[in-house]
Parts: sequence; structure tokens; C-alpha cells
Amino acid sequence: MTTRRQALQLLGGIAAIGGLPRLTLAASSASERRLVFVFLRGGMDALSAVPAYGDPNYAAQRGILAVPAPGTPGGALDLDGRFGLNPYLVEMHKLYAARELAVLHAVASPYRERSHFDGQNLLENGTPKPFGRDTGWLNAALTARPNALAGPAAFALGQSIPLVLRGPAQVGSWSPSRLPVPDAALLDRLGELYRGDALLAQSFTTAREAQKMMEGRDGMGGGGQPVEALAKAAGEILGRREGPRVASIDFGGWDTHIGQLGEYGPLTRNLRLLDRSVATLKQSLGPAWQHTAVLMVSEFGRTVAPNGSNGTDHGTGGAAFVAGGAVRGGRVIADWPGLAANALYEGRDLRPTLDLRALFKAALAAQLGVTDSALEAEVFPDSRAVRPLQGLFA
Amino acid sequence: MSQQSVIAVNRFGLGAGPGELAAASADPRGWLAKQAGQPAPAYPQFERLAHSSEALKEYPRWIAKLGRARAGMEGGADMAAQRSVEGTFREHFGPIMLEEQGARLAVAAATPVPFHERLVWFWSNHFTVSAEKALIFGLVGSFEREAIRPHVTGNFAEMLLASSRHPAMIMYLDNHLSVRKGWQPRQVARSAAFPPPSGLNENLAREILELHTLGVNGGYTQADVTEFARVLTGWTVRPMMNVPAGGTPGFLFDAARHEPGSRQLLGKTYAEDGVAQGEAVLRDLAAHPATATFVATKLARHFIADEPPPAAVARIARAFGDSGGHLPTVHSALLDCPEAWERPLAKLKSPIEYIVSCLRALPAARAAQPQSLYFTLRGMGQRPYFAPSPQGWPDAAQAWAGADALWKRIEFAGILAARTGSSVDPLRLASESYGDALGEGTRRAIERAESRQQGLALWLASPEFQRR
Repeated sequence: MTTRRQALQLLGGIAAIGGLPRLTLAASSASERRLVFVFLRGGMDALSAVPAYGDPNYAAQRGILAVPAPGTPGGALDLDGRFGLNPYLVEMHKLYAARELAVLHAVASPYRERSHFDGQNLLENGTPKPFGRDTGWLNAALTARPNALAGPAAFALGQSIPLVLRGPAQVGSWSPSRLPVPDAALLDRLGELYRGDALLAQSFTTAREAQKMMEGRDGMGGGGQPVEALAKAAGEILGRREGPRVASIDFGGWDTHIGQLGEYGPLTRNLRLLDRSVATLKQSLGPAWQHTAVLMVSEFGRTVAPNGSNGTDHGTGGAAFVAGGAVRGGRVIADWPGLAANALYEGRDLRPTLDLRALFKAALAAQLGVTDSALEAEVFPDSRAVRPLQGLFA
Repeated sequence: MSQQSVIAVNRFGLGAGPGELAAASADPRGWLAKQAGQPAPAYPQFERLAHSSEALKEYPRWIAKLGRARAGMEGGADMAAQRSVEGTFREHFGPIMLEEQGARLAVAAATPVPFHERLVWFWSNHFTVSAEKALIFGLVGSFEREAIRPHVTGNFAEMLLASSRHPAMIMYLDNHLSVRKGWQPRQVARSAAFPPPSGLNENLAREILELHTLGVNGGYTQADVTEFARVLTGWTVRPMMNVPAGGTPGFLFDAARHEPGSRQLLGKTYAEDGVAQGEAVLRDLAAHPATATFVATKLARHFIADEPPPAAVARIARAFGDSGGHLPTVHSALLDCPEAWERPLAKLKSPIEYIVSCLRALPAARAAQPQSLYFTLRGMGQRPYFAPSPQGWPDAAQAWAGADALWKRIEFAGILAARTGSSVDPLRLASESYGDALGEGTRRAIERAESRQQGLALWLASPEFQRR
């Protein structure tokens, strides 16, 4: 007799090897490749987003927060017979089935404490230390990439430029506005006025270019949730034949200390929004999706066990998503440490087994053509031991 | 006009109002010291605003509604009922918040003690509570009036205690849901919609250590965080789900939820003493040298430069330590730092600083609807009372100088100038607020403007006016 778990493993296996063979990925030319960095700020609860339902300790360790196995009410959407996606990640599950989404589990930056703000800073600055420098690795990669295009190579969607994109390379930013566009005469005179002010001059130039790019667009981005509107705008900006090839989107609200449960919890709300935003980005990119990789990462994971208020506190190991036509998806990449009590990091967190910089390096090499030596020297200082993930990008 | 008075009104104050630069010029430092040393006038704008206990009185009604909506959803119903209750919660408290925001902006736009008001802002941001958490929608405004304003001329320890006990902070950082192991609610009907808490939630304990006192490098460990969370069990709010009904709305120490026993924190033992155990820890944290350095660094960053000069940090930290956290002494030490007076325009204004300085410069603009300012600030990424995290708003140019941020300022400058510019002489306005700090390029651009409106827009968008 086959147990339910065996059956599920079998099904998972069939799904993994028996899915429709994907058309061989056409190699994109260097100038077509695009990269989107989505920062899930606050510490995404990886064991809810990507439940390890096949781990023998998962249900007991997670208690009330355990996502049921696939096939049961409210159950996970199966990935590989061991891991599933949260049932609200429907669109992302479709991408997985189409091999356009890969899931990484038990990942972390080199940060091992539990402060959001140090953790985010380290993940963005690219050094192994919080405040190791005041610029970001994605900006460093823009400088290091060969054949940089003219004009801003990257856009931050949102009102401010996140640390990961700050630095010497010119970066644009854009968010919806309700106010009328100032008249051209004023803008021309301001252009003159800002000439002697390095900080404002650069921002002003890129702002005017962004306005040209987004001209005639519905000011508020078509309503909806802000993050979804930003995903749509990112697709419009990166979808152009000529123009920026890198975008970042900040997506906060993942610090779920309370009430993660069920449909009305903040985590569910965020997961749904993430799911919709990825679908919106794909749609908005149009054919450019084929050449795009979208990285979705968080500063850390959360405690394995629920805290006293049906939430989770700050933890260590987490999960990451990589989506896009340029991704060899349809698989879970995890050197799984297990959830047995003695396997946990400091007795409470998922133990990280994969350095996020391995993902970032592979993405920068594949999508921006950054060389190994630049990755080690300028982009991620002191990271020689961290080898780029192999085979994740087409 | 001396450089010192330009710095006094623009960097330490909230931007020069009419005649303010002249008023400060006789004794810029004295003008500021006086504001830091005495309570602010009673602002009529605050008279109509409710105390947190008033807002809390309404919570049971909303909690019951929410509970009913959630109960009705069991068995897979959709989210509509839930959404509509949250929607009406926001609809109820939304106008209250708008009134709070309007009052706060109006006070800042016209106050005769702008340095005092900026200090209020500084400390509110240090002890951030944010309406990003819908539960405290109705409490974020009263938090500042009750926990921050009374203590700006008092003691840091008292402010820390007031903040840590305030219902807005307790609920923002989830401490009302942190209980001892094995606690069971009594006198309260168990509700499936709001399962009672079953153990620790370390959110408040961690953020007090990391953000309010020692700072992230202040030498505490995960074990200290957990121990402190145990100390703080029982610090909750009335009325709240799973709290017995009755009593005065507000802070409640519920001994039944408190984890009894002595606790080890930062190498010191705290005997069981009910609520006083937590108070003792907070007082020790307030007096810790790491807290002095952390607070001094933030003050120097806010008032002097994004990269705080070490000598200024040391001077302020020493004043903090020597005075036992007496804030007027600390603020006065800030004014004693020569670094604070050396270079005008070293700091880029944040969006709210920018908007308020526009309102101070142009009294005619103060009639703007709070709602329109609210939407403008939201567009600029600094929606009042909605800081993105417990860390508060960033305090360095890099966070506010991006292309989109600059563009939004130019849009605002353009529209404000179009509305008010016909009655303003922009060059006079510029020299009466920035004196010698007004650069030659900007002066020429204003002189050559094709209209008063354009001249005003150029001034409001100029590199000088965007800085303090």
C-alpha cells in the first residue's frame, strides 16, 4: 500500500520530470538581458511561503502555522514532493510549472544577527558587514558591466533609491504622482541652476529622462496596490527596446510578529500581493520577459516555531524566488538542513546552507555579463569563497 | 545677516518665517537655547484632539465587529467581510488622523519656537510608532502629545518609560500579545477569531534595545532580548482582546500574564517586582553609556551632518551621561558644538521638512487643505505617521535625493509658486531667509526669471532652499 506521502512524492516526481518539455531557451544577446531586484523587507517567513511539508519535523515544529500538505484543504501547492508553495502563490506556481520560477531554500546573506536594519544594510551594500560601505552591489555591478548603455542603466521604482542601487553609476527613480508636470521653461532654468550641484544635477537629469519615458501614462499607475503599480511601471521601463536593463522594487511589510494565520493575516495579504505583482510584471514586460530574471529576496527568515502570538520572531535562514524567462526554473534548490531540533541554527532558526551572494553573482554574470574578477573585487568584496550558483540562468 | 542666524532658523529651526532671521540674528544661540529649555506654548490646534484613552474606548466596538466578521468567514468564506470592517475602521479613524496631521503641520508652520518643535519631531522619530499597523491608526497622533512632548524639556528616562508604556507603542510592537508560558485568559470568553497569545513575542524588547536605547552595537545578545521580553510580559493595554473588561482605558500591567522570577540582563540580576522590574530595566538602559553614544550620534546626524563629526558626538554623549539624560542639557551641548555652526546647508531637507519650510516662508500657503499636503507628502514618500518601520524615517541625504524625490519637490514648488507667487518678491524672500547663504547662481536665476511665479518656483526648488 502506498502511503499518502509516498503518493505525493511520486506525483511530485512526475510533475518534475513529466512536465511539458520547454522549448530550448534561445540565448539572449547581451543587450537584451534584464534584471529585476525585489527586496521583501522585514524578513519573509520562508516556512510559510515555501512550506517544507515533506520534512518529518515540519508539522510538529511549525504547530499552528504549518501549511498542510498538498491535496488537503488549504494545502500547499506542490513543488517537488518535498517542498510546496503557499496556497496563495497561485500565479507563481504556474510559473514554476512553466519552469520560469526557481525556489531557493535555507538561504541567507552572511549576516547572522537579527536586526532588520543591519541585515538589510549588509545585504544591500555587498560587503560582509553592516555599513561596510555606503553604496550598493547592484550599483557596483552597473559600473563593472561591459558595454554599459548611455543614460541611466537602472531604475528604482519608488520614491527613493534603495541602498543596493546607490553609488557612482547613474540611476533613475520613478513613482506615480498626482501633481501636474511643471512647465518646460521652469525645468530648463532649473537644469541650469543645478549645474553646480553634483547631487541634484544628476537626479534632475535622470528625473527628466524618466518623465519622457513615462509620458502620457496614467499618473497613479492604474490604481491598485502601490507595489503592483510599481511592478507594472518596471515592466514598462525595462520592456523598451533601448533603455534601462535593471530595476529595483522595494516591497515592505514582511515583519509578521503576530497573527500570520489564515486569509486575513498580514502574511497572506503580502503573499497575494507578491503573487499578483509577479504576474503583472510578466505581463507588463511583454516579450522582454523572455530575457528577464527577477530576484526576490529578504534580509532573513523567521523563527521555525511560532511565537506566543501566532506569528514568528526574527530568524536566520530564509527562502528566495527567481523568476523570468531567463531562468531555468521548475526546481527547488536547497541543501536542506532539516527541521529537527538539533539541526536548527541557535536552536530556533532554519540553518542557512546557501549564501545569497552565490545567487546574486550568478545573476549578475548571466544577466549583466559582470566578470568573476569584478564580482569578487568590487561588487562583493571578500567573497572569494562564495562561488556563483551554476546552471540557474539560461 | 550672519551665517549663525541662517543656521539657527533653517537648520535648527524649521525654516525662516517672515522676520524670523532678523529676530534670531542678535543672539542666534540664545534664541535656540531658550526654546530648548522651556515648554512650548499651549497650541490651540491641539485643543480639540482626543487623548489616547478616548480612542481606546472605541476599540471594543471595533474588535467585536472584526471578531464577528472573522467568525462568519470560517469555512472558506471570502475576505469581503473582513475587508469591509477594516475599511470602516479606517473610515472611522481616518478623519481623526487627518485632523491630527493637519494640526501638527499647522503648528510647525507657525510656531514661534521651531527648534523646540523640531526636537519633538526628532524624538518622535526616535520612538517611532507607525500607522502602517492599522491597529494603532487612532493612536499615533496622541502618542506624540502624550509620550514625547511633555518630556522634551525633561529627562530621557522618563520619555523612554512613557513611550514604552504608551498603548500605541505596546500595540505597534506587539507586546500586548506577549505572555508567560502557560497563561490562560480568565473572565474572557475564548474567541476563535482572536486566539489568545500563548507565549513570548520579543518584538518590543528587541526594538527598545536596538532602536530606543543601546543601539544595535550596544553589546546585548539574543539571550538579553529574550530575557527582556520575559520582563515585559504583562505590559499590555486595556481594552484589548483577551483583556478583562472595565477599568480605565490605557496602559495595563496584568500580573497574571507576567512571567514571574528574577531575570539576568546585561550581566545584572533583576528581582521579581511586577511592573517595577521592567521600569528598573528601562532606567538602567537609559543610563547606559551605549545609550548616550547612540542618542548623541543620532542628534549629531540630524543637526550637523549625515556623517556625524566624532568630536560633536563625544561632547553630546558626555553631556547626556553627566546630566543623567537631562534633555535640555543634552540639547544645549548640541548647540555648543562648533561643528554645528561651521557650514550652512549641510543637510538635505526631508520631504516634511521641505513642505513645512515652504509653509513657513509663505504664510499665504498655510491655508492649503491638510488633505492636499497629506497626498503631496505621500507622493514624496513621507506620509506623516506612516514611517516604513520601527527605525523611523531615514536621516541622510541619500534617502531623499533620488530622481523621483527631487521631481516631486519641483512639482510642488511649481504649483505652490503658481498659486502664491504673484504677491511675493522672490529675491527678497530668498535673502530674508537665507541671507549670505544665497548663492550667486540662484540670485541671478531669480533675477532673470520671466515672472514672479517662476522666480518663486526657482527659489523653492533651488539647491539652497532644499537644504538646511
